[in-house]
Amino acid sequence: MNVMPTKLEAAGAITAAGAIDCDIHTPLPRRTDLLPYLDEYWSEIVTSREVDVLELMTAPERTRPYMRPDWKPDGDPLAAMQKNLLDPLQLRYGILNVVTGAQALYDPYLAAAICRATNDWIVEKWLDRDERLRASLLVPFQNVPAAVEEIERRAGDKRFVQILTLAGTELPLGRMVYWPIYEAAAKHGFQIGMHTGSNLRNAPSHSGYHSYLIEDLISMTQGFSTQVASLIAEGVFTRHPSLKVVAIESGVTWVPPLMWRMSKDWRGTRIETPWVKDSPGDIIRRHVRMTSQPLDLPDDPAEAKAALSHLLSDEMVLFSTDYPHWHFEGFEVLPDGLPDEMLEKILRTNAYATYPRLGG
Amino acid sequence: METVLERSEKTEQKFGVVDCDVHPAFSSPTEILNYLPEQWKAHIRDYAMRTPNPFLGAMIYPRMTPGGGMRRDSWPPAGGPPASDLDFLRKQLLEECGIDYGILQPLAAGSTALNQNLGAAMCAAINDWQIDKFAGPEPRLKASICIPQDDPKEAVAEIDRRVTDRRFVQIAMPPRTMEPAGRKRYWQIYEAAEHYGLPIGLHTGAFGYRPNTSSGWTSFYLEEHFAASNSLQTVMSSMILEGVFEQFPKLKIVLVEGGFSWLPSLFWRMDREWRRMKSEVPQCKRPPSEYAKANFWYTTQPIEEPENNRHLLDILRWIGTDKLMFSTDYPHWDFDDPRYAFKVPLTPAERQAIFHDNAVKLFGLK
Amino acid sequence: MSVLEKQAPRGRAPSKHVVARTDEIADGAAKLVHVEGRAIAVYNVKGEFFAIANRCPHEGADLCKGKIVALFEADAPGEVRISRHGELVRCPWHGWEFDIRTGKSWCDPARTRVKSYDVEVQKGGALVEGPYKAEVFKVSVDDSYVVLEL
Repeated sequence: MNVMPTKLEAAGAITAAGAIDCDIHTPLPRRTDLLPYLDEYWSEIVTSREVDVLELMTAPERTRPYMRPDWKPDGDPLAAMQKNLLDPLQLRYGILNVVTGAQALYDPYLAAAICRATNDWIVEKWLDRDERLRASLLVPFQNVPAAVEEIERRAGDKRFVQILTLAGTELPLGRMVYWPIYEAAAKHGFQIGMHTGSNLRNAPSHSGYHSYLIEDLISMTQGFSTQVASLIAEGVFTRHPSLKVVAIESGVTWVPPLMWRMSKDWRGTRIETPWVKDSPGDIIRRHVRMTSQPLDLPDDPAEAKAALSHLLSDEMVLFSTDYPHWHFEGFEVLPDGLPDEMLEKILRTNAYATYPRLGG
Repeated sequence: METVLERSEKTEQKFGVVDCDVHPAFSSPTEILNYLPEQWKAHIRDYAMRTPNPFLGAMIYPRMTPGGGMRRDSWPPAGGPPASDLDFLRKQLLEECGIDYGILQPLAAGSTALNQNLGAAMCAAINDWQIDKFAGPEPRLKASICIPQDDPKEAVAEIDRRVTDRRFVQIAMPPRTMEPAGRKRYWQIYEAAEHYGLPIGLHTGAFGYRPNTSSGWTSFYLEEHFAASNSLQTVMSSMILEGVFEQFPKLKIVLVEGGFSWLPSLFWRMDREWRRMKSEVPQCKRPPSEYAKANFWYTTQPIEEPENNRHLLDILRWIGTDKLMFSTDYPHWDFDDPRYAFKVPLTPAERQAIFHDNAVKLFGLK
Repeated sequence: MSVLEKQAPRGRAPSKHVVARTDEIADGAAKLVHVEGRAIAVYNVKGEFFAIANRCPHEGADLCKGKIVALFEADAPGEVRISRHGELVRCPWHGWEFDIRTGKSWCDPARTRVKSYDVEVQKGGALVEGPYKAEVFKVSVDDSYVVLEL
């Protein structure tokens, strides 16, 4: 598959070079990768108790959809990333999302230790080795004080641009138990990155577990929409006007139906949550962003444009490749015929506007 | 800045409307006991009817109006709760809104009763009650066969018992089932439905066996109201991917009160994922949206109200107007009036299809 | 039971209609009146009378059957303050709040009319008024009668 930005270069008016890729995946760190960053106590815990292979059932890196067949990792994964992605696409920045099972651990102290060690690994093995790389910060939502501590600890390292969470979590993200995390994040300019996946504290659907991985993946849009609804309804954006949530790998077109339904319902239920002062559609346009890979769109470019126009905003979509997952399409993910101003926003402007910590 | 009254002009209708979602009510909480055998009357008196609701009686997400979320003007002058008085329902719904047929959806707790034997008895009682109080005396009202879906053998027995009574035009099943709706557990129900040519109408429900989101329970009704439509998305993807429509190609499914603006996005998403993952689900032999287009129908309430009205026309183009069926949800607060609900201009053919012909054809009303 | 009493029309002078006795509409209550073919809801708000078109501009419900309420606002989650007692009405169907004094819907983004059936959201609009506005009628009290101007 050709990853060269031929489609955009052929269009002529805009250069794809210098784009920002908002969703890149490293291989998940194994215990051996994390040991250098764990103290003697935690080393003993993870070794004797065999805490390893923290791979989420709902984001199973080893399965077919998660790796392009021609990109089986061998040798240095950073070298592969440079060769397959960073160099040919001439990216200015790439944001690493390490969607590790640390988010699903039950032991709050173990979760905090693994998150810290993973962040250390991201810094030393990735960020320090390629100045184009940026990352999401892993914080243990299951241990709110430790999460706040980790945010404070990393506040000075601007290469961490957001904190990472999932579409399926233990409580809806807007809940007040999590508010100290958002306060710390907003204070230091971290946004909230919400990646497809679940820690399966709750069944993925009203009717329990799905039979198939494909069902789990399809149903993630329900998770994203309920998380956005929670952040709005609980007043997190009222408390933090600068905070944004980025739905990563979400499909994008679930957003307009949510805007319409929630705005409509809000008009009649406003008194239940009077701190939701604006129409949810407007709040979503201000506070929600979505990465572009995958895009759930029709094949016809005119219809695809029409679908994207339902957002009533060209500031929401952030370019991403989802490297190295199988639906990687480079720039081909973007439908034909998008106007240049919109392409420029998707490739660059929206990312800079979304992430205040980006670009140093 | 000019003010605009955004309502479509009242259209002169040459045909009556079919309302695919009407909620009849008991005139008192004990009315249904009259339709139950003695043993169950005593049981309910002694033990109540237990469901997954943490409350016995209260709603976990209180509604915005009294009566569990009813239109304030729908309380019958002669007494009783909204939609319990047939005469007032005739006047306020059928006559005032020009409705030729109303399809009943009793929100029967029988389907979610934890005591399965009681649940089966309650469904039978509610089916008797629908005929006795509504569909019997009023030929414009058509009933739904309520079934205890998580007890498939009993569910099929109830369908077998009712199917020759033509006043029943569909089977009613809540979408918040104990397992996703496509699972083999429910296949005997689908077999019966297909065999008898009866559509299954899944009406989004107030509570279920699991939290209402994949991240746990929401705090507010604002969140819950649309979360209910997520359950219909799960019904669709599960049934399609489990191969239900390969097994039962003539099965007809109606997704009720879930809205429809999310359908195009779901079609594109299911097809995209299927293109690369079809080897996981060999029983789903075609792109999922093809099954959706062949076997599913949708009711219109709550009508979608995009900020730019024209966007609704895009949605209609992407779904097709042959599968949409108008509904009011009478007597609930989010009721849609057929004269004013659609705020985009429909062609006469589209209007006739959505408000009348699609439902007449599906339910065999003429 | 409205008594129509028209002033002699002078060009575009408004016509005045007695629509009720003041003691017919209790404080905090509403009355539906029909004047020149229009259905109008008349409200008594702490002794002051207001009138808006009865038909909710959303889907046509009767605003005279709505619940008369105060304004509930919050600048932060959980901190609700109450004001404007009895000055809003919630539509009996979808619960939209209308300001009885001005007819404005509380929940609409600012909009610009483009053409019939076609509206666009104005970028960055503050939420104050919108197309879902109930028409307002001038009301005064003459002796013990409520007088409405059309």
